[in-house]
Amino acid sequence: MIGRGAERVLGLLAAFGLLIGLYIGFVYAPPDAVQGEVQRIMYLHVPLILVSYLAFFVVFVMSILYLLRRQERHDAIAHSSAEIGVLFTALAIAAGSIWGRPTWGTWWTWDARLTTTTILLLIFIGYLMLRTLVDDPSRGATFSAVLGIFGFLDIPIIHMSVVWWRTLHQPPSVLRPGPSTVAPDMQVALYTNLAAFVVLYGYFLVKRLRLEEARCELNRLRMEGVE
Amino acid sequence: MIFVGHVMAIARKDLLAEWRNRESFTAMFYFAFLVLFLFNFALGADQALIRGASSGLLWLAFTFTSVLGLGRSVQGELENDCLEGLLLYPTQREAIYLGKLLGNFSVILVVELVILPLFAILYNMDLWSQIPKLLLIAVPGTLGFAAAGTLLSSMTAGLRAREAMLPFLLFPLTIPLILSAVKGTEVVLRGEPFELAMPWVKLIAAFDVVFLVTSLLTFEYLVEE
Amino acid sequence: MVRVENAGTRLGPAPAIEARRLVKWYGSQPALRGIDLVVAPGEVLALFGPNGAGKTTLLRILAGRARPTSGAVQIAGHSLDRDSDGVRRAIGVLGHGHQLYEALTARENLLFSAAMLGLDQPREHVSEVLARVGLEAASEARVRTFSSGMKRRLALAKVMLREPKVILLDEPYASLDLQATKLLEEFILAKKSGGAATILATHNLTMGFGVADRLAILRQGRLVFEGRREETSVEAFRSLFALYGELGAVE
Repeated sequence: MIGRGAERVLGLLAAFGLLIGLYIGFVYAPPDAVQGEVQRIMYLHVPLILVSYLAFFVVFVMSILYLLRRQERHDAIAHSSAEIGVLFTALAIAAGSIWGRPTWGTWWTWDARLTTTTILLLIFIGYLMLRTLVDDPSRGATFSAVLGIFGFLDIPIIHMSVVWWRTLHQPPSVLRPGPSTVAPDMQVALYTNLAAFVVLYGYFLVKRLRLEEARCELNRLRMEGVE
Repeated sequence: MIFVGHVMAIARKDLLAEWRNRESFTAMFYFAFLVLFLFNFALGADQALIRGASSGLLWLAFTFTSVLGLGRSVQGELENDCLEGLLLYPTQREAIYLGKLLGNFSVILVVELVILPLFAILYNMDLWSQIPKLLLIAVPGTLGFAAAGTLLSSMTAGLRAREAMLPFLLFPLTIPLILSAVKGTEVVLRGEPFELAMPWVKLIAAFDVVFLVTSLLTFEYLVEE
Repeated sequence: MVRVENAGTRLGPAPAIEARRLVKWYGSQPALRGIDLVVAPGEVLALFGPNGAGKTTLLRILAGRARPTSGAVQIAGHSLDRDSDGVRRAIGVLGHGHQLYEALTARENLLFSAAMLGLDQPREHVSEVLARVGLEAASEARVRTFSSGMKRRLALAKVMLREPKVILLDEPYASLDLQATKLLEEFILAKKSGGAATILATHNLTMGFGVADRLAILRQGRLVFEGRREETSVEAFRSLFALYGELGAVE
């Protein structure tokens, strides 16, 4: 699908982007007036969450396409994207937890964003588990596709319900309409890291898909050999 | 309409079968009662704490009981290949889903209606005047849970770990629904004006619409092979 | 390897069952490896083969319950992937499970079927088929109390309600008592003269030979033999079956 050359470029871009992002986030940007240095984790936490939303959106789109067209490729992308999404979500929660400890004194707070993210993690861990439990791969792909669609459509509902229920977290700094509550230097750091993580997601996706391709090729050869 | 006729035939068949031995209903009712009873011990004798948590406890009892019922319902179809038989009729797949949903929803709702007075007695609450408002929350809430549950149980029915997988998939997806139902019920039980519960009711309605429509669109893919 | 003869259909009306190059994979396991099959109206095809050969898979695909990996199916002129409702209206299936609701009575089971089939005068139809299978006396009893022979007869009654043009039978003789076996045989022959096409998948050589016009052997997802019954003696078939089928052996 994507040539090895392009894959290498993507990898380099991701590494490069991460390095720049980390430098800007942890060295260049000013420390937060209230929270101090620890606030810098936001430059990891927020992009991780946003990119995992992207990953789950890809799962959503690919799931719909799979149900309509039944092409293995769509299922492969959905599966791979879900795995990366779960990984990034877990990292985001860890980052959020680490951020929360010195800020609020506890490892876990039931604040809106952390709770929503955890629910999302549970849903898509269920997605991955479902796949392993179904013996027939095409049936497993169909079930997962349906679950992926539900999981993504649930996101806004979860978000609203949890936000109404509890808000300790700062208002989402990137997603709010209107003037940003974050200082411009910090915004630069945020957006740079966001871009870097998107590229990283792309790189992981390509790598994971290559693995799937190899597996499918193996199956195809076996099928041809048998007929 | 033929479609509606099929839906009603399936629901009627399910309810008739349930009425014959009332196994599911009895199991569900007893389970819900046990849950409510046990919570009393789990929370100690602290009456204030219990009353504060009462709406949450009620919905925990309702949802756990529903999972029990959903599992049994789909089990009944798997025995003797009945689901296969259902799928061989010249019926739209959506009618099968709606028929099963209607059956599941009815049984769960009846259990809830029987549990409510017991809940009032156990937790020493005056519910009688609040029943209509409680139903305004319980009916759409139960419908949403049953809609998601009917769809997911048709997925998990054939799996090895089926008893564990249904709640594991169903609960994370329905957290916003349960949360809204609990908060809405809280408003009613505290005697606060119902307008305060409206945002939660709207959220429940949104959940119901999204999940019903999506289930209707995707069910046929789940049952074909 | 025996050369598969031409599907010996008579020229004339369109085939009732037509499968072209049916392939079915379950993941990386092949179940059907290219099946071409034609059954004309009024024909009975007896399908033999060891367990795991793919008989059930084939019948499930023909019934529209499983989707083939590739290939085309036409049932009574309805294309399976474009007009599944038409297919479902035309077929009657007797499978492994009897698909009966044990908590309901025999009559209630049949009334449900009638409602789902959209029959007019459901009560009359139900009473009629109950009589044909000899279950009127037990019609108000719950299926849970039935013997397995009675359950099979009730399942047959369900198929009778549909008045199918295509009948798919997957090992219907298993767990049948004498009365039920006779009923089934009569049913197959009656439908045959009525122009229905039947595929009978069975291990029972005697019964299969008794009703079939054509015989076929399925092995490891391939049709390894196909021929008209009158051109095959039981002994010849038995030895062929032993050679290709390993009677009853699990693959």
